[in-house]
Amino acid sequence: MSAYKNLSIRQKQIVWAWLFLAIPVLFYVVIRFYPTGTAFVISFQEWNLLGTRTWTGLENYEKLWNDPVFWKVFRNTFAYLLLGTPVSLVISFVIAYHLDKTRFLHGFLRMLYFLPFMTSAVAMAWVWRWFYQPVPIGLFNNLLASIGIPQIEFLNSTTNALPSILAPAIWAGLGFQVIIFMAGLRAIPGSYYEAAKIDGVGWWTVLTRITLPLLKPTIVFIVVFSSIGFLRIFDHVFNMTTNNPGGPLNSTKPLVLMIYETAFSSFNMGYAAAQTVVLFLILLVVSLLQLWILKGDNT
Amino acid sequence: MSLATNPGQLPRASVNAVFATQTKKPANMGQILRWMVLFLGGILMIAPIVYMISTSLKWPHEVYNVNLIPEEPTIENYTYVLEDGRFYLWFVNSIIIALITTVSNLFFDSLVGYTLCKFRFPGRYIVFIAILSTLMIPTEMLVIPWYTMSQAFGWLDSYWGIMFPGLMTAFGTFLMKQFFESVPNDFLEAARIDGLNEFQIWWKIAMPLVKPALAALAIFVFLGNWTAFLWPLIVTNSVEMYTVPVGLSGFGDEVDVAWELIMTGAAISTIPTLIVFLIFQRFIIRGVVMAGLKG
Repeated sequence: MSAYKNLSIRQKQIVWAWLFLAIPVLFYVVIRFYPTGTAFVISFQEWNLLGTRTWTGLENYEKLWNDPVFWKVFRNTFAYLLLGTPVSLVISFVIAYHLDKTRFLHGFLRMLYFLPFMTSAVAMAWVWRWFYQPVPIGLFNNLLASIGIPQIEFLNSTTNALPSILAPAIWAGLGFQVIIFMAGLRAIPGSYYEAAKIDGVGWWTVLTRITLPLLKPTIVFIVVFSSIGFLRIFDHVFNMTTNNPGGPLNSTKPLVLMIYETAFSSFNMGYAAAQTVVLFLILLVVSLLQLWILKGDNT
Repeated sequence: MSLATNPGQLPRASVNAVFATQTKKPANMGQILRWMVLFLGGILMIAPIVYMISTSLKWPHEVYNVNLIPEEPTIENYTYVLEDGRFYLWFVNSIIIALITTVSNLFFDSLVGYTLCKFRFPGRYIVFIAILSTLMIPTEMLVIPWYTMSQAFGWLDSYWGIMFPGLMTAFGTFLMKQFFESVPNDFLEAARIDGLNEFQIWWKIAMPLVKPALAALAIFVFLGNWTAFLWPLIVTNSVEMYTVPVGLSGFGDEVDVAWELIMTGAAISTIPTLIVFLIFQRFIIRGVVMAGLKG
């Protein structure tokens, strides 16, 4: 204690800072950094979780490159991204744009749109799965039948299943995006709009020349945030296709589901780790690319 | 109209007045239409939730009927699902796990955020960059090492095993760091002169000033853990240790075509967060915006 008392204020601060950081630094090293390194290491090994680990060099990556299922999964993962991000961006912007201009029962409307964000993906995946069932079970096909439209194969079709699974994922995220967009819209100074009004500018010009350019930071945030979400889609796919995960015929299987099955059904840890490294690289490249494209042309 | 075409000669206030009257009158019809469309859209948004609850109150023979209001509402499904006992267990598991994780994040994320924000010490920059860099690592990449780690230490199939990866988050740390920036250093200095030690300064002076941020973080962490699926699915293997989402997933497979029971399970796992949301609505939306924009 006396040693502590002799320290200068600055030195005392250093002691306190490291005292505060001791447990968290230990946590981040043991629970984040060490496992990250391990994931890379395992990706160069063959390991079935019980036996010994053997080094195999780039074999897992070569296997991945030559695996037709992987390329199918790769395409699916990007299909979720390339359909999900633009669709959810446009819908949430249109809702936010109009909701922002609505005063009557504004809070009530906002609540309706935000409510799905508070649900759990697993629960809602099962609800939507029920909606998609064929006649006489599923809600959608029952509704279609009642107005005389032939029924649609939602989850049993290799072409319809992926968008059908994507729909509840978009639906659940919309509320969050709407709220963030509205915050972005509120942050635009009213003086811009007043100036535009005085100049007699039409709403389309106001939207494209004032609103959207000034919303750029918000758009960047939402695009990056939702892209990462769609690239990591798992809960919805797993729960809507439990009888044949990622099916039919792997047409809905995303990368995370492939990782899960490789690691925890086939216990092929090395191969699964190589897949996680690929996921990491995809997320890295997509985030950097989007930040670069959306922020870059501002200068 | 002639006045408006030549606004340069008018005082600004009257120009605004002219434009105001011009835009307001035709807008009314449009406003009503806009409201109607937004309202219908909102109804569609909550329709899946409403249908889930409606079906959970139906008898099995009525499930295939698209009626929104059950002909003879029943709580039989709830009695059946809850008497089974497993949902009750999963519910307790999920609450315990989400609560402990939330408290841990509130404590450690704000402690680290505060330290990085208010202290100057050797190694600060490295710690900052190191924690920031973990944001780039997807959790899916870590589940395999976490699993082998849990296996080695006997953490599989336990509360600790489910919780340990999420006890601190970089997201929460940077959220809190942002908010501590707004706490004036003079306050902390004054407390230092009054003889409070650094822990007391953080806990008694700084923390109460960032309560809104703590609430926002709490909402995010709790909801995230309440709905978490992948890791709990991997780390648990006995039914008693499942969380609600993992349990519901298995339950859905088990009862197969008994959709009224599946909807009941889904409702049980959703209704608590919906009730919390309806009570704290304003507060939660503000928190989500804060966390979204600052985090």
